[in-house]
Amino acid sequence: MLVIESVSKTFNPGTVNEKKALDKVSLSLEDGDFATIVGSNGAGKSTLFHAITGNFYVDEGRIILGGEDITYCKEHVRSKMIGHLFQDPLKGTAPHMTIEENMALAYLRAATNRHAYFSRISAKEKKKFREQLALLDMGLENRMKQPVGLLSGGQRQALTLLMATMVTPRILLLDEHTAALDPATADKVLALTEKIIAKRRITCLMVTHNMHQALSLGNQTLMMDGGRIVFHVSGEERKHLTIEDLLEQFKTRSGKQLDNDRILLSR
Amino acid sequence: MSTLFTLSILQSALELGCIYALVALALFLSFSILNIADLSTDGCFTLGCAVGAMVTLSGHPVLALFAAAVAGVCSGFVTAFLQTRMGVPSILAGIIVNTGLYTVNIAVMGFSSNVNLFACDTIFSLAKEKLSYGWYADWYKLLIVLVIVIILGVILSLFLNTRLGLSIRATGDNEHMVRASSINPLFMITVGLCLANALTALSGAVLGHYQKSCDINLGTGMVTIALASLIIGETLVGKGSMFRKIAGVILGSCLYRFIVALALRLNVPAEALKLVSAVIVAVAISFPYLKEKSSFYRQRNHNRNAYREEESVNVSH
Ligand SMILES: Nc1ncnc2c1ncn2[C@@H]1O[C@H](COP(=O)(O)OP(=O)(O)O)[C@@H](O)[C@H]1O
Ligand SMILES: [Mg+2]
Repeated sequence: MLVIESVSKTFNPGTVNEKKALDKVSLSLEDGDFATIVGSNGAGKSTLFHAITGNFYVDEGRIILGGEDITYCKEHVRSKMIGHLFQDPLKGTAPHMTIEENMALAYLRAATNRHAYFSRISAKEKKKFREQLALLDMGLENRMKQPVGLLSGGQRQALTLLMATMVTPRILLLDEHTAALDPATADKVLALTEKIIAKRRITCLMVTHNMHQALSLGNQTLMMDGGRIVFHVSGEERKHLTIEDLLEQFKTRSGKQLDNDRILLSR
Repeated sequence: MSTLFTLSILQSALELGCIYALVALALFLSFSILNIADLSTDGCFTLGCAVGAMVTLSGHPVLALFAAAVAGVCSGFVTAFLQTRMGVPSILAGIIVNTGLYTVNIAVMGFSSNVNLFACDTIFSLAKEKLSYGWYADWYKLLIVLVIVIILGVILSLFLNTRLGLSIRATGDNEHMVRASSINPLFMITVGLCLANALTALSGAVLGHYQKSCDINLGTGMVTIALASLIIGETLVGKGSMFRKIAGVILGSCLYRFIVALALRLNVPAEALKLVSAVIVAVAISFPYLKEKSSFYRQRNHNRNAYREEESVNVSH
């Protein structure tokens, strides 16, 4: 369960570069909810994610995850419970370390005792990693000793997804995580994402610029503009919504057209 | 070649190579793995030598090595503290600590700039008593430093494959990934710098025993020399497993000492050695860059010539 209560964030306050990136954002997700987010360029979508992960502390408001107030919790402590995928596939993995080593790092989240610090990757864990890699169906299970830098962007993103969900996170944040991939690979990674989320009932927020995905994936849709959530729709109402309706809603609520230069109106 | 390189020159180059290899390993950890240029290396090396010398003087040569390593950990901790908790840029943190260490080192040596160990036992003199019979009688120094560097090299390579080691490597490899996983980068930088400086200080202590003296200026230029060794090793041995990389660093350090020995043998005056070192480092560090550049020029000239030929063919038609 994620509750965000009127969270605001201003970058570079008091300077010419002052920018109110989040403006009293409130949002509440139940366990198992999967919400998609669309919005104009610079609407604050990524900033909202960074507020949740603790990249910076918010100026006001509260963030509660799984009943725990994490507003002032340190980034590396929160990240035990949060999975975060970026648009850039290079950001999620360490290129000079092997696939196996990257997975071992992700699996550290599960470690509860400090003694685990000095343990090495066990044969049992290697087997587990191999099984999980096999699910990706990319042949990575046979390349576990290779540095991740040798993989393609799609393979790296799939691996990052696996790593982010290896220990089930309380929330999974996907920030246009297929946008930098070629269409075929993007479809594959997206299908994989849906599969993992559905199977494990992971609570998820996903930014997309694909309007079709915004309506077809998950059970809720959010629209952001100027640091605010301008439209939030779920349930029956969402089922009957078309892309045109969504754009119309955005226009009436924010007073302007959706100006995202990469927006995809069809699939 | 045999007249250029006598056995004893080879032997002392190897000995020094192994001793200085510990500093190269320290920089491998801080520079190659954590991506931090730790400029406190010079002062920390002297600190290790000074602490080691003083404890040795009080009659505990083996304890001296451990004491030096602990002093190194403290120095590394201060450098790390400045950059992780006080917002000091990492290069500046190293320079600040290095400056401060000068006074600390003088104080450790009893406010003198020089201490000698001729009158007391060192790890080498202890070993000499034990190893004075048999074929290895002349090789006891090399044996000791080899044992030390091999043990530490193996421990380091094992350590870098533990979860803590992996976390340290990830911290230097991909900042974004580390932020998104449950690793605390500040803690990892601290652990990494403490370990690296322990190795540096230990190296200083062993060198102190080796040359039976400690001098306040002993560490000057150490960071450059160690970097040169590191890069020579990386260039020659290249990529591979952690074990292989570490072996490469040690090899690089020994090779560097051969080059220096060769220079001395060719009657390069001792005063010129610093310049020789600087040139070696400049060449070694710029080598990968120049290699890339030269392959670009080759490609460019190749392409240009191809066009020129094409044009001349077109003109002649
Ligand atoms: N660290 C930062 N420092 C200053 N400004 C920032 C920072 N991060 C984001 N911004 C600004 O905040 C606004 C929202 O950015 P972002 O959340 O990345 O938008 P998007 O919705 O496209 O993901 C943008 O105007 C951006 O320039
Ligand atoms: Mg964004």
